Amino acid sequence: MSEIAAAHDDHHDHHPSGLWRWVTTTNHKDIGTLYLWLAMIMFFIGGAMALVIRTELFSPGLQFVDPQFFNSMTTLHALVMIFGVVMPAFTGLANWQIPLMVGATDMALPRLNNWSFWILPFAFAMLLSTMFMEGGGPAGGWTLYPPLTLQTGNALPFVIFSIHFMGMSSIMGAINVIATIINMRAPGMHMMKMPLFVWTWLITAFLLIAVMPVLAGGVTMLLTDKFFGTSFFNAAGGGDPVMFQHIFWFFGHPEVYILILPSFGVVSSILPTFSRKPLFGYSSMVYATASIAFLSFVVWAHHMFTVGMPLAGELFFMFATMLIAVPTGVKVFNWVATMWRGSMTFETPMLFAIGFIIMFTIGGFSGLMLAIVPADFQYHDSYFVVAHFHYVLVPGSIFAIMAAVYYWLPKWTGNHYPERLGKWHFWLSTIFVNLTFFPMHFVGLAGMPRRIPDYALQFADYNMLASVGAFGFGFAQLLFLYIVVVTIRGGEKATDQVWEGAEGLEWTLPSPPPYHSFTTPPVVR
Amino acid sequence: MPERIRRLLPNLKSILNLRRLATGAILLPFASTALAGWDTLNMPVGVTEVSRIVYDLHMLIFWICVAIGIVVFGAMFYSILMHRKSRGVTAATFHESTTVEVIWTVIPFIILVAMAVPATATLIKMEDSGQSEMTIKITGYQWLWRYDYLDQDFGFYSFLSTSRDAIRDRAEKGEHYLLEVDRPLVVPTQTKIRMLITANDVLHAWWVPDLALKRDAIPGFINELWTQIDDPGVYRGQCAELCGRDHGFMPIEVHAVPPDEYRAWVEKQTVGAAE
Repeated sequence: MSEIAAAHDDHHDHHPSGLWRWVTTTNHKDIGTLYLWLAMIMFFIGGAMALVIRTELFSPGLQFVDPQFFNSMTTLHALVMIFGVVMPAFTGLANWQIPLMVGATDMALPRLNNWSFWILPFAFAMLLSTMFMEGGGPAGGWTLYPPLTLQTGNALPFVIFSIHFMGMSSIMGAINVIATIINMRAPGMHMMKMPLFVWTWLITAFLLIAVMPVLAGGVTMLLTDKFFGTSFFNAAGGGDPVMFQHIFWFFGHPEVYILILPSFGVVSSILPTFSRKPLFGYSSMVYATASIAFLSFVVWAHHMFTVGMPLAGELFFMFATMLIAVPTGVKVFNWVATMWRGSMTFETPMLFAIGFIIMFTIGGFSGLMLAIVPADFQYHDSYFVVAHFHYVLVPGSIFAIMAAVYYWLPKWTGNHYPERLGKWHFWLSTIFVNLTFFPMHFVGLAGMPRRIPDYALQFADYNMLASVGAFGFGFAQLLFLYIVVVTIRGGEKATDQVWEGAEGLEWTLPSPPPYHSFTTPPVVR
Repeated sequence: MPERIRRLLPNLKSILNLRRLATGAILLPFASTALAGWDTLNMPVGVTEVSRIVYDLHMLIFWICVAIGIVVFGAMFYSILMHRKSRGVTAATFHESTTVEVIWTVIPFIILVAMAVPATATLIKMEDSGQSEMTIKITGYQWLWRYDYLDQDFGFYSFLSTSRDAIRDRAEKGEHYLLEVDRPLVVPTQTKIRMLITANDVLHAWWVPDLALKRDAIPGFINELWTQIDDPGVYRGQCAELCGRDHGFMPIEVHAVPPDEYRAWVEKQTVGAAE
């Protein structure tokens, strides 16, 4: 079958070369590659911003940057990492993998695909250019809460416009994913036979379509409040600043699942391969993902327990939030059961997947603690929260993305990555990520608020430790870049199957797969 | 501990030597734990009935999480050690069990209910500001606080008193660096105090960990809080909602004094205001 695909490939393989190839491409692999490189570049830009933050926080006192610039660093770091790294990286993985995993030739809407990618470089160029504008970059936090955000200088309309761009790109990407999964599955690939990565992305795509317009609406109201005399969020004009928070988090909470559900899919693909044993509880994994997605729409106000909600509201959002622990727990238990009595080996993707499960679960525990409203009054807006969401996003989402890259890179390039270096990368990342973020739990509980450029002396030791960890983690990622580059350039040839225990349609194609993946639909039994 | 840190600080800045840096990074957390005890690692127990309940609730949830962690990670590490290919094991083929799925859906649910009961009771107590004996209005500004004693009709602004030189490393940093103000909020102990919180420009949040109090200050809206402090003392906190450039420089200092002393202090304030 793969020979047929390869033979057919020659006839369709007319595409421009050089730069023009990448600008005009409608090929899912090319676009996936573009997304992943964008994410890589933004990862280093956002990482550099994090290091500015950690440099200033290395010791008490103001030594390096102005507090206003510090605030714009925290704001841009978050926007870049969320919209510029995790989301594009997952869209890149979806582009590469979904057609391969469901047995399609390409994505369903290739031109839309090209457009949804090429919006992004412009959006981020605009976002980053705000740093050089009169009044500096956005410094009101990535949550853009008014009235503070309305004090932003010339940057505000550019930030809002770039967010509109990112939203459009995400929605188009999501439409494409849904259209591909619904229409392009190979014969016999029933919904309940789809790989979990495909399932989690399908659900993520629906979340994106549901909430990105809400964000667009919210930021547009900020724009009209600032420039067109409306008072949506201005109490003096009859508006309500807290309403923005409700709108924002109605987007924001599903957004955090947009950032994590595809990771669940990645880990659910990797664990069975290296455990040489099928995924435990496939259908319960699908239902758990759907439940998490549904619940994500009714928990938004747990981000704002301190705004002074009525007791009934606080209780509802506490109970709904705690409920999310149930399907999330089911997922973790199923992963452990998948490993149980398997025959495991620990190549780099497996290491990252196991690291994901452990550290994501730690982030889940702190999330459960944060759900408890009386205790949240202490945790809220402290470094405890910073520790929590970095645990679910860095050794959570980012580790899952790295696991996915190591797992599928031999398929994409036809070359094995250097295994030893991959393991070094994993261990360095794991040690430093914990050195960075674990002490943040302590300073947060002890009373250090987040988003401050300087702090009281009792927080000095742990902050220094976190800064050391952050630099270690940052530089360890250069190793990742190096590994990806050398693997693309060459290396030990990978077989079609690549991994001994790998199962699924993508492994039936040659490594690297032909330009138009499955020109003859495979038959799934 | 502050003594110790002050001694360490000049060193930190001169450290360009990687080896010393590494040693410092490894040793410092232990040094500070030994010096300052559990307090720098954990939430303060605080000085009110509510803060103690909150602390207990926090520890309860924490230990439940630890217990679940031990079970889950324990099973996982056992599996990682025993079920590896290098030990020559062959993989089992099981991949489904409705019974198991039901069990690990129901048990977490029961644990959650067990957590929700004390949390709900605590929350109801915290939100009941009835029968308060006095009211203070707290207003957040960029970047200071104002306290108005509504019953006695006086009020004042409260600014950070740490010097710019200390912040810029041109002067020694004092024990309460960044947590000290020119005019602290003075309140009586053993009294149920209602606080009304608002802001004049952007969002702020009033947070004093020892009192387990944190509430957003929202321009145009008034939030309500209450506290009853058991022990006299000085309790410090900070603004907890990003409010612009000097968000990190608008601390809170609460002096809780016995009721007699408080009455004397109020008298002095009102006389001063009349003059």
